Amino acid sequence: MRRFLLACGLMLLALTGHAQTAAPVAADPVLEERVMALSHKLRCLVCQNQSIAESDADLAVDLRGQVREQLSAGKSEDEIADYMVARYGDFVLYEPPMRASTLLLWLGPIVLAVVGIGVLMVRLARRNKESAPALDDAQRARARALLEEDDNNGTQA
Amino acid sequence: MKAKFLVPLFLFLLLVGFLGFGLSLNPREVPSPLIDKPAPDFTLARLDNPEQTLGLADMRGQVWLLNVWASWCVACRQEHPVLVALSKRKEVPIVGLNYKEVRGDGTIDMRKVAEQNELPMAIDRARDWLHSHGDPYDVSILDINGRVGIDFGVYGVPETFLIDKKGVIRYKHIGPITPDALRDTILPKVAALKAES
Repeated sequence: MRRFLLACGLMLLALTGHAQTAAPVAADPVLEERVMALSHKLRCLVCQNQSIAESDADLAVDLRGQVREQLSAGKSEDEIADYMVARYGDFVLYEPPMRASTLLLWLGPIVLAVVGIGVLMVRLARRNKESAPALDDAQRARARALLEEDDNNGTQA
Repeated sequence: MKAKFLVPLFLFLLLVGFLGFGLSLNPREVPSPLIDKPAPDFTLARLDNPEQTLGLADMRGQVWLLNVWASWCVACRQEHPVLVALSKRKEVPIVGLNYKEVRGDGTIDMRKVAEQNELPMAIDRARDWLHSHGDPYDVSILDINGRVGIDFGVYGVPETFLIDKKGVIRYKHIGPITPDALRDTILPKVAALKAES
């Protein structure tokens, strides 16, 4: 029983340790919420599959500090995003802006979907047009015989 | 229409082509938006004499390298002999940007370092390191809090910027400089920039 309780306790402990975002710092909870909301949209350059809100990398902590500092200085979210892009490039944005170089990224999936649906529709239309081949009486009788034979085999098995 | 069965094969090869190209890219090398833009302005304390500062304007008229380093940076040890050898050739001045010497060191608990102690500690550590590994820098400057590093878009150490006579960043090398990269890329660029008026 004691062992069971211990196991439960450890499992609960494991839950609390799961993917926590780094602890907030600003005293003002409203400001901290804005800091975190913006940080979630900015990619950490050190651990590239995390946002700077989730990462505890040194640079991510520094960049969160920048976001916090600039937000409390009254800058807008867009201005801070521009600040980051000016230094680290579009790569820091999880949502890349629409540009000539990112057009394929934005429109590619739509183009693929349209082409896919188009091909599907053409094929379905073609299949509908191909009506079932007409059979004469002899062929019909033979088909019936074959089907019945098949049925009989089925019941025997 | 007979070649229809080749369509999936063709699509497959196309995909292999894309994936193969993707493999040849290094995701760690994020192209800097600062290339061909004026270098961000800075004024930082010099390592040799912290009373004095060095600013961007002081380097105007020269083609120079800004090398980001720190004593805790392991990859810096790899490129350091290359820099030391380069400095002996006197072809191009190298300015060292000592990046977060104390607080960048993951083994140091910053809560135990008093604010006024950080600068002296950084100076001691940086000088010691240059003393034992050789000093390739014409000047090293201290970016204690990494703010200038952020302005330069530094996301990993070492990084090296090549800056022209007008103070424009012309090239960025991410990661340790290898002898090959120095010979084939950096030095030819230096020579070309020196020839510019």
